[in-house]
Amino acid sequence: MFNIIEKRKILFAIPCIIILAGIICFIAFGGLNTDIDFTGGTAMEIELGEEFNEDAIRDAINPVEGVTVSSVQTSGAQKAIVKTTDIPHEKFVEVQEAVKAAFPASNITSVDSVSATMGQEMWWSAAKAIFFAVLLMLIYITFRFELLSGLSAICALCHDVLIIISFYAIFQLPVNTTFIAAILTILGYSINATIVVFDRVRENTRLIRKESFANIVNKSVWQTLARSINTTVTTLITLVCLYILGVTSIKQFMLPLLIGVTCGAYSSIFISGQFWVLFKGSKKAQ
Amino acid sequence: MKAKSITKFAVVCVIIALLAYVAAFGLEIMGKYIPASFDEDFGIKKGFDLAGGSVIVFEPEVEDMDTVTDEDISAAVAALRLRLDSNGLNEATVSEQVTDDQKRLRVEIPAVTDPNEAIEYLGAMASLSFKDPDGNEVLNGTHIEDATVADMEGKVVVQLQFTGEGQSLFAQATANLVGKQLSIYVDGTLISAPNVNEAINSDSCVIEGSFTVDDAKLLANQIKSGTLPFALKPINQSSVGAQLGDDALNKSLMAGGIGLLLVMIFMIVMYRMCGLMADIALVGYISIVAIIINAFEVQLTLPGIAGIILTIGTAVDANVVIFERVKEELKTGKTLRASVDSGFNKAFSAIIDANITTLIAAVVLWYFGTGTIIGFAKTLFIGTLVSMFTAIFVTKFLLRQLVGFGIKNSKLYSA
Repeated sequence: MFNIIEKRKILFAIPCIIILAGIICFIAFGGLNTDIDFTGGTAMEIELGEEFNEDAIRDAINPVEGVTVSSVQTSGAQKAIVKTTDIPHEKFVEVQEAVKAAFPASNITSVDSVSATMGQEMWWSAAKAIFFAVLLMLIYITFRFELLSGLSAICALCHDVLIIISFYAIFQLPVNTTFIAAILTILGYSINATIVVFDRVRENTRLIRKESFANIVNKSVWQTLARSINTTVTTLITLVCLYILGVTSIKQFMLPLLIGVTCGAYSSIFISGQFWVLFKGSKKAQ
Repeated sequence: MKAKSITKFAVVCVIIALLAYVAAFGLEIMGKYIPASFDEDFGIKKGFDLAGGSVIVFEPEVEDMDTVTDEDISAAVAALRLRLDSNGLNEATVSEQVTDDQKRLRVEIPAVTDPNEAIEYLGAMASLSFKDPDGNEVLNGTHIEDATVADMEGKVVVQLQFTGEGQSLFAQATANLVGKQLSIYVDGTLISAPNVNEAINSDSCVIEGSFTVDDAKLLANQIKSGTLPFALKPINQSSVGAQLGDDALNKSLMAGGIGLLLVMIFMIVMYRMCGLMADIALVGYISIVAIIINAFEVQLTLPGIAGIILTIGTAVDANVVIFERVKEELKTGKTLRASVDSGFNKAFSAIIDANITTLIAAVVLWYFGTGTIIGFAKTLFIGTLVSMFTAIFVTKFLLRQLVGFGIKNSKLYSA
């Protein structure tokens, strides 16, 4: 077993590389792949009832005035998810007819339409939700532990969020409302794991007075390691089951959670304690 | 001692089995009926993404949103309700979404998977107005008692029944306008402009126009159900086919079941007898969550199911924290009984703090979330709360009885 405080550089380097890759991809791809929830637009799931190619769907829908197909995604053998600019409801019948004309056996099984103004508000309310969640958690942790531990936990959370966003930038995964729900779940989950570690640090600080704070943190992390791993495994079991068996919308939701739970475990084991030691060290040095 | 422990253990097991039975099959007790979770009619309410249906979010089509008062919104809700009912959509729900910076109406219609038609008849103001040639309003929708579709010499017309006041206003107007036109507008559009030949003192009149039967029915229903204070424009609509919803539900349930089974096996492999106790507590946990969701009529959405399944993972977490602690205590050479007690006490603060922070996230999500995400927040909240209870009380109680069984082989307690 190595001393996590001494291996700080390596442990910080791993997420830094991922985040750096994320930033590079973010710039290279021109941002995140925001879904209609944020940009406004219409998403339809169409059962085509026959083999199809994606261009045929574009060719069928694009002639409808004022409607432009932005993406066609194959989901299952005869199913496609088609995203377009926001289809005004009076135009929808035309789209329906156009699809029907090109694919007589087709059936539009789900429609999701968001206006652009509503999309922008989504960003706002998401940012607000995350800000308040973090603020309230910080207050609670400060109250139960100390301010420095609260700040460390928040730094670990920022790490988790940055990693998830990096994954979204690298693989250009669609960013929608479930993404926001996933981020908030990860915040709750990751802080949960971090607190179990911090709880141990709090306890050990009372019991062992001779050792340095860095050593106490190191010891606490290893003492809680079995719990950290086992909990992550049980959570991952349920998430993987849902990911494998679930329908498209569930899959979309599970992916960020899978990434988040994994990096949440990493941050609570290797990152959050580090920050606490760092902050405490710099406070003493002053 | 041993017999007492076994009895207590058995009692808890029976209670949990009973909870599971109630959750699965329902129960009738003292005239009160607790429905089964999956009862078609009285079970857990399914959101439109599971049951199939449409959701439309409307926003008032006005220049300045500040001019929209709370009364306007309530009036609009009532009008939408009437329009839905008069179209036979009694199952549909209308809710207000009013915050500081937004005023919206959310209409959820089960079973209807093409919301565009609904948008047509729900969104129109249906402001009826009778005007004289100078453009002065002489009569409007508030003076109409009833509107029906009628057939007049082969033409489809909308027949209006006046209120008492409406009748006298109509008589007065026609008397003044003999030889002139009386124009009838709906939502600012001229529908018809008949010539007035004589003063009409009647409690009804008809609107002629080039209506199809459907058009006429739509207009009659709209007039009858009252005028909206403003036109409504749809800003968000989504619909899910019933088949797709069914599929989503079944697959999620199956995934949940398999996940649950695997987690239970994992716990037994890792923690042996303790793991078994955790599994019993877990069955209790799921049953309680199902009963609460049913009792409080929390609408179950797809993200909601995901929330529940996620909390299964975290419900186990509290047990893992406890068992790892007990294991450590055992290593220091304490007796089993002492280890269980001190392990629990030491794990307690971690469980409380960890769960409260998760609850904070759930509440924030509940408050700021929109649409189906609220379903996720609700189940996350309920799940976290219940899991705290089952971990702290149920698992602890079961473990204590286990100690009382007097099994000496400590290998049975954990791997």
